[in-house]
Amino acid sequence: MIPNKFEYIRPNTLQEALSILSAYREDAKVLAGGQSLLSLMKLRLASPKYLIDLSGVPELNYIREESGRGNSARIAIGALTTYAQIKESAVLQAKSPLLVQTTHLIGDVQVRNRGTLGGSLAHADPAGDMPAAILALGAEIKAVGPKGARWIKAEDFFVTAFTTALSFDEIVAEVRVPVLKGYKTAYMKNAPRPSDFAIVGVAVCLQPDGGRTCQNITIGITGVTDKAYRAVGVEESLRGKQLDPKIIEQAASRVTDGVEVNGNIHASKEFRSYLASIWVKRAIQAAMSGA
Amino acid sequence: MHKIKVRINGRDFEDEVDSRLLLVHYIRQKARLTGTHVGCDTGNCGACTIIFNGKTIKSCLMLAVQANGADMTTVEGLAKNGLHPIQEAFMDRFAIQCGYCTPGMMLSACSLLQTNPQPNEAEIREAIEGNLCMCTGYQQIVEAIQYAAEKTRK
Repeated sequence: MIPNKFEYIRPNTLQEALSILSAYREDAKVLAGGQSLLSLMKLRLASPKYLIDLSGVPELNYIREESGRGNSARIAIGALTTYAQIKESAVLQAKSPLLVQTTHLIGDVQVRNRGTLGGSLAHADPAGDMPAAILALGAEIKAVGPKGARWIKAEDFFVTAFTTALSFDEIVAEVRVPVLKGYKTAYMKNAPRPSDFAIVGVAVCLQPDGGRTCQNITIGITGVTDKAYRAVGVEESLRGKQLDPKIIEQAASRVTDGVEVNGNIHASKEFRSYLASIWVKRAIQAAMSGA
Repeated sequence: MHKIKVRINGRDFEDEVDSRLLLVHYIRQKARLTGTHVGCDTGNCGACTIIFNGKTIKSCLMLAVQANGADMTTVEGLAKNGLHPIQEAFMDRFAIQCGYCTPGMMLSACSLLQTNPQPNEAEIREAIEGNLCMCTGYQQIVEAIQYAAEKTRK
């Protein structure tokens, strides 16, 4: 399979990339690791006239701690940071491990060596793993455009399948995740095969009060509907409650509240809803028993 | 058309390529190194795995033009003064059935042993997760990689 014809452009700075993008508007697509976009181009589901390869923009590849007071400490991750770099990051492992846990279930070694965090978010695959993790973390996404930078909250970022809050002339530059103190996290997914897309993916950030009571919990879900979303109903049912198996199970049954569930060859609507509640329960339990 | 300069298995290549030429097709058709295979052509099977600037990648999910300036190793680059220990181990442990996945498997194995010379079975299986063997001969492949690790230790 060969992509349709396109012009390849490799800018050397983010500014240069932005001005090319402004000039070609909807005719252009931005290429990061290419593990999703090149597949789509080979299938001719995407046929951009101009492909802007960001691999010449090294300023977008970093993981660094940003100091802040109390709970405002953040870790800043450049958009071109690969899954492999996240997986090996000692800083993330120690201070905000959910992304590290998530990378273990993304693709395979080769895909993780090329695929990037920013690419995954901008691509917004409805079954992508990173969107669920980003939502559970309450991360912020830095979009840069010709008029400068703006911050978009994860919950406002995903609009529908393959569609984000980014405007045509904006590029994801950075993702900021909180440093987690006193939180337990987990990412779990159900997929037809390992390294496949999620039928259901669940990311959990849980703040226990030291015992079994849930002080706070945020849950990101992927694979279930046209975009990743926060399971607000489950979160509400668990805040301030004892995390007993029965209470978790009852809360988990609300995972698809108000959501139009996808049905396809891998799982019907009913089965997917059922799987979602099961995997929410498992992910909460995994978070409880994990670090 | 774009001018690219790449190094494959220590040899320098300079060519003009179309933007849409995939790296795997460049390696097979222009560099004439046909040990790198096209299996699924969708990024799943790993038959097109190469080592790209020190890391394994799937060359069907990259454009040739993206490889400009890169240093690559294909299966043809493994043997130096005789077979590579991984190649010997695959022979000794019968880790080859039809052989289609073998080049990718061996490159993933080499990459693993470079960063983790004594992997356990789980680590080996994770390392070859992106390489599918449609003959399903995984057991021998895992054993061959363990055997290569042992031999390199001695």
